Amino acid sequence: MHATRGRTGSATALFRRLASCVALAGLLAGCAQRADDAHTLTFWTIGREGEAVTQLLPEFQRENPDIHIDLQQMPLGAAHQKLLTAFAGDSLPDMTQLGNTWIPEFVALHALEPLQSRVAHSTVVNPDDYFPSIWATNVYDGALYGVPWYVDTRLLFYRSDLLKAAGFDAPPRDWSQWRHMLAVLSHPQQGIYGILLPTNEYEQLMSLALQQPDPLLRDGGRYGNFESAGFKRALAFYVDTFKLREAPAITNVEAGNPWSEFGRGVYDFYFSGPWNIGEFRKRLPADEQGNWDTAPLPGPDGPGASVAGGSSLVIFRGSNHKQAAWKLIEYLSRPDVQQRFYELLGDMPPRRSSWDGGHLHDDPKAVAFREQLERVKPTPPVPEWEQIANEMQLVAAQAVAGDLTIDQAAAEINRRADRILEKRRWVLAHGPTLPGAQR
Amino acid sequence: MNRTRAAWLFLAPALLILGVFFLLPVLAAFGLSLTDYDLYALADIHNLRFIALQNYWTLLQRREFWSALGHTLYFVIVGVPLSMAASLGAALLLNSPLARCKAFFRTALFAPVVTTVVAVAVVWRYLFNTKYGLVNDTLGLMGIHPVDWLGNPHWAMPAIILFAVWKNFGYNMIIFLAGLQAVPGDLYEAARIDGASAWQQFRHITLPMLGPTLWMVAIITVSGYFQLFAEPYVMTEGGPLQSTTSVLYLMYNEGFKWWNIGSASAIAFLLFAILFAVTMLMLRMGRRGGSV
Repeated sequence: MHATRGRTGSATALFRRLASCVALAGLLAGCAQRADDAHTLTFWTIGREGEAVTQLLPEFQRENPDIHIDLQQMPLGAAHQKLLTAFAGDSLPDMTQLGNTWIPEFVALHALEPLQSRVAHSTVVNPDDYFPSIWATNVYDGALYGVPWYVDTRLLFYRSDLLKAAGFDAPPRDWSQWRHMLAVLSHPQQGIYGILLPTNEYEQLMSLALQQPDPLLRDGGRYGNFESAGFKRALAFYVDTFKLREAPAITNVEAGNPWSEFGRGVYDFYFSGPWNIGEFRKRLPADEQGNWDTAPLPGPDGPGASVAGGSSLVIFRGSNHKQAAWKLIEYLSRPDVQQRFYELLGDMPPRRSSWDGGHLHDDPKAVAFREQLERVKPTPPVPEWEQIANEMQLVAAQAVAGDLTIDQAAAEINRRADRILEKRRWVLAHGPTLPGAQR
Repeated sequence: MNRTRAAWLFLAPALLILGVFFLLPVLAAFGLSLTDYDLYALADIHNLRFIALQNYWTLLQRREFWSALGHTLYFVIVGVPLSMAASLGAALLLNSPLARCKAFFRTALFAPVVTTVVAVAVVWRYLFNTKYGLVNDTLGLMGIHPVDWLGNPHWAMPAIILFAVWKNFGYNMIIFLAGLQAVPGDLYEAARIDGASAWQQFRHITLPMLGPTLWMVAIITVSGYFQLFAEPYVMTEGGPLQSTTSVLYLMYNEGFKWWNIGSASAIAFLLFAILFAVTMLMLRMGRRGGSV
């Protein structure tokens, strides 16, 4: 009995002491955390941008010594999953880089902070200076959710020397010129093709489809519109390129090293994005650098549109440091910073004034991109778009293999798109508005 | 009574852990498979619909599911016997009294099992390259035209099977080696005295003595091979023309890429049901044969 009481007594004392320790520790931690929180801005980046941005941040920190930035780099393949998991687990950062095809998803999740009032008061971010189609990918039902950081579009890289040797002084302006050049330049029996179109990448077919007057989805993004005359025209042009053996029916896994193949003249055209300017400069020998150039994407009748891709900077609704995050967005949007960003990485700036100076202004290989950016079109602003584009390409690859006709393929893509959009239709019929529904 | 209670007490920690970390998640996943949990439901739980077996029904009507199941069966039916034959062959060679440097070869043949799939896939992708690959170079010496291993939908799965067999045979080889070493030497001695040939010894002594081991290895390998994922993921990304998309790959795409957790859970349970049925069938066959 005594012993028990004694033990209880000492246990109580111990508990008290422990409790006060814990309380004290909690207090300290609380203070530390609060102090920490006030200045620490968490910023997630995706892929290569994360490395380049580390070289831009020191200047920002000199200007804003009270803001400490906790930068985290996500690999491209894992970024989407990590962001969604972070949303589900309520552990999103203050701000992130976000591909503009992912913005509809996070708008649907109500995860993003509207930015239009900040932009209205900003002396740095001027909407009129931005390429309008790129800016539009950040606006949903009148609200702005991101500020474009860099742009991405697809156009043609071509071997100017080989075109000249075949009697073509200029790159193609429309599809019929393009088709003619492809026919002249392709020698499939020698393993030489006009163009490389990896059959597992959807961007090429999607760019051709965006050139058409018909939208890719109809009815506010409720149904696919892939049986339209426009889409079928794009699909037929794409599939014909393989049927006429002007492109090899291979995936990018097999294409392996397209840069050296392009240098060797296996392909005369390469349908790709801005980062390849840097790749070709790095990978091709100096004496071949004068042999290639870039050209805007040919359209059905004259210069055509291409995809309005790229990444934006967004602030999450749950952030406690929105003001600091906005300061960083403004800093990264400054033309001089964007020019340095281009020099570091080759990422092209989304605003015209950034193109007026620095290396970018004098770069002959970037001129075509500057021209194309005035003529880009956004993808349908629905969260499901990436999945639909993926299915579109899987079916298109079957048409390339000859398993489906153009009409069958178009119907199959439509069927799959409608299945994917079933939930969206239900949600739209039952409640809140979703991004893209009112367009 | 007391002893029973004590037994339960000892079992309790294990049961608790199994319950919390296995049984509960499995039940939750089954619950999810009866809903259409997706991105919209993540945004607002009111967008979650209970749809009973609708996910399963939709899946059974989707061509992609059946073709993925077909690819998986192809992989299992061709891959498992090949893999077991390679394991048994290697084990027999290692067990032969004529073999030298046994420890070295045992380690060397086991090495692929402990290498990282991603790392060796890079090497194998070079080997399978149509223009510059060693496999086509070797075939070329024999006058065979180059095969587009990873680009032709008919050849991609055989390439994946070769890769998987190479990667996995070492594990079963070790089990077979242990089984072979347990066969008493006097059986072979008696057979030799009776004048049995090497093939007869293999057929009538080695195989029957290995019976239980063979069945166990077969069951483990089948259930492992049904879960084909990493090999196509790193070698072909499921292509070309989805010819290497397995059931698990389809589940990965649905769940982790497109965030359709409901239908991804349904795929997982369908695969589980198939795997369960196949394993039970094999166990029953083994029991009837008297091996297990």
